[in-house]
This record gives sequence, structure tokens and C-alpha cells, in this order.
Amino acid sequence: MIKEIIKFNHVNKKFGKNEVIKDLSFSINEGEFITVLGSSGSGKTTTLKMINGLEKPTSGQIIVNDCDLKEANLVTLRRHIGYVVQSIGLFPHMTISQNIGVTPKLLGWDQGKIDLKVKDLLELVGLDSKEYASRYPTQLSGGQQQRIGVARALATNPPLMLFDEPFSALDAITRQNLQREVKELHHKLSKKTFFFVTHDINEALYLGDRVMVMNHGQIEQFDTPNKVANQPATNYVKRLIGTVRENQALWEDIK
Amino acid sequence: MIAQIINYFQTSSNEYLVAVGQHLYISFLALFSALIIAFPLGYVGSKSKIFSGFCQTFAQVLRIIPSLALLFILIPYIGTGIFPALIALVVLALPPLVVNIILGFNEVPKVYTEVGIALGMNSFQLLRQVSLPLALPHILNGIKLALVEVIASASLAAYIGAGGLGNLIMLGLGLYKMQYVVIGGVSVALLSLISMLTFDWIIKRVKNSDQRNY
Repeated sequence: MIKEIIKFNHVNKKFGKNEVIKDLSFSINEGEFITVLGSSGSGKTTTLKMINGLEKPTSGQIIVNDCDLKEANLVTLRRHIGYVVQSIGLFPHMTISQNIGVTPKLLGWDQGKIDLKVKDLLELVGLDSKEYASRYPTQLSGGQQQRIGVARALATNPPLMLFDEPFSALDAITRQNLQREVKELHHKLSKKTFFFVTHDINEALYLGDRVMVMNHGQIEQFDTPNKVANQPATNYVKRLIGTVRENQALWEDIK
Repeated sequence: MIAQIINYFQTSSNEYLVAVGQHLYISFLALFSALIIAFPLGYVGSKSKIFSGFCQTFAQVLRIIPSLALLFILIPYIGTGIFPALIALVVLALPPLVVNIILGFNEVPKVYTEVGIALGMNSFQLLRQVSLPLALPHILNGIKLALVEVIASASLAAYIGAGGLGNLIMLGLGLYKMQYVVIGGVSVALLSLISMLTFDWIIKRVKNSDQRNY
């Protein structure tokens, strides 16, 4: 049976008088890789932050992993949701292994178990644990730091991972490598749901099982990459896809 | 003069050490009490803009009250001795502490607190594991400023009978024995200087271990 892991019911969010999200309803199944595509101000990051309760909806209902967020203990809930952000946010005063071990420690794991997990995760994201575990974040490159960011989010083996434009501050080559790896990771860790916010169309279409296109706090289209690219539902999506085609034309010209 | 100073140390070094001991005791006691008051104020102040504005204005007002005046104002209410001196010194130590604690917490980049919350920390865990370590250089700086000020002002506490190196200065002034004044004054200056250098060294170490200076 397919299980719904995230469900939004008529969610509305205002910051003061500014209505960021009008009336948002959608549901996401367990194990899906969802990418959310939108320009800045489209409400995509706010949507992501409402999933782990960093922002609270003004009205409407959000259900995550069978819990209504209004009644859930958010601290406990967050320990089982991975969170990766663009600015990475590795704690500068902690070593790499301490950074990865933050949430396991909050959950009261013993140190031996944490050390093993850190070693596993570093291997999973392609970094040598002997070399990196005791380093500090600033001694790593941006790409390596974001790998640690992903490893930290995976530390408690959460069923749900949230990514907020994680790769947009990285250079093109590093970004492409990481995109590939995240996609592989999703295949490897079957049953984990990835919710990935981005403003990069290629990234959204490449990674997502389904792509949610957002504009002005509303969903323009929520469908497979194939459908979004070939049967754009609204004018906005059509224009968005148009920009990619224009880019292609540019490349053809240069040839 | 120098011969007199040497003579003093030869005959009364015990008395001198007691004075230094009293001086340090009252200074650190005042600093510690002030910290206990300032920390919650600073923490709350960093959460609320209105409260922080209030704290900072209040701190500025406290700063312009001359410490000697404060000491004498307190005499009719609490009498003389260590306790009123302590109150005056705490009042003196509060402004630099509160201002720097607020500054320290406000300077912690928002992304770290947000990630901390997102990783499942409650407010206490967030404070202990993220905000406090990252605010520490500023907080230590506040402690340094407060301590230097308190050590210097503690010499005035002798006027209301709290003892310390101020006694030596007062004695010298009263008996017109300049060597006492010099010994007392220089000792106070040295204590201030040493505590300042020690804290500068600690702050440097804390910052280095953060690896933020790469």
C-alpha cells in the first residue's frame, strides 16, 4: 500500500500582511523524490520550512508521517527529518564528526554507536573518515562541506529529507557531481522521501520523480518531469520551459 | 622612596598579601554576582528587541553614575562593610556584561540557530551547544571589561570599610606616607593589567579553537 508521508490541506501562510502562500494542498507519497521549482518569493522555501515546523501555517492542516503538526512534538519530529540548507550551516566550533553526531547525541546514542555511524556516513558521501572526521568545517571546500551537510541530515536515518537549494552556491562541476550523488543516494536508500527545493530548472527536472512548479505561493503544475516539459499546464510553466529551450538555441548558435 | 617600599615589603608582606587577597576576593565575588544577574538579562535581551533596548539604555545610565557617589549613596541604606561595596561593584559590572552578552547572542548567525532547531534541539540544548559557544568571545570580552573596571573601582570600596588595596592607599594619604599610595596604586594597576591580558589570551584561544579565522 502506498503511504502518504506529507499532506498539506488548504494551507495558508501570511507574514504580517504579506500573503506568501494562498491555499496550498498537495500530498506526497513515501519514497518519492519531489523537486520544488520556483523563483525567489514563490513560497517554496516557506513550504519546506512548514514541513519541519520552522514556520507555522496561518491556517490549514499539515500532516507529516501521520502526525498533525499542530499536535506534534516538533522537537522530536525534527530529529527524524533531515535538513540540508544552501548556506550549509555546519557548526564552526564542532569537528566534522561532532557535526554529524549532533542529532544522534540528542537522541542519547552512546559514543561508540555515534562513531560507527559517522564513519559509515562519511563513506556514503565519499569522504575518507580517517582524514576528515576530526577536521573543522572551515578546513573543507564548499562541496565537501555540503557532503557533510547531507551526511549530518542522514545521521538518524530519517524517513524524510528536506533540501533547501543545497547546491546553488557551489560551482557548476561540483554541483553536477553532487546532483548525481544525491540521485544515487535516493536510489540506494529506498523508501526515503526527498523534498528538494531549487530554482534551477535542469536540477529540478533531472532529480525529481515529480516536479512541483510554484509561483506566487500557488502550485502551477505538479507532475512528472516529462509531463512538465512536454505538456506545461499553465503559461508560467510554458515560459519557464521556454527559457531552457532558448538556452539550447544559444548552444546551437555557438556550435 | 624605593628604600621605603622595599622596607615595607620586608616588614609587612603578610599585610600586603591579605590586602591583595581581600581585593581579589571582593572583585571576583562582585563579578560573579554580576554575571549571575547579567546572563539571564542578556539572554532574554537577545530575544526581544524592546527588552534589549531597555537593557542597553539602562546600562548606559548605570555607566554615568560615578562609582564613588554610588558607594556613599548606599551608606545610609545598607551601612558600611563588604556588602554595600559589593552592591556598588555589581552595579558597575553590569553594563559591560549585559551589553556584550546581548551583542554576543545577536552576532550568532541565524543559520546556525535555525539548523540547530531543525536538527531537533530544544531551547536549552540550542543555547548550550550552539548559541553559547558561538557567543563566547563576546561574552568573555564583556567579562574582561567588567573585571578590569571592578578591580580598579574596588580600591574605592576601602572608603566604606570593605578592605583591600584601597586601604593601603587611604592609609598612605592619611599618614602622608607616599610609599603606601604607590604600592597600593601600582598593585591595583597590575592586577587590572594581568586580568586583562589573561582574558585577552583566553579569548584568542577560544577564537582559534573555533577555527573561524582561517
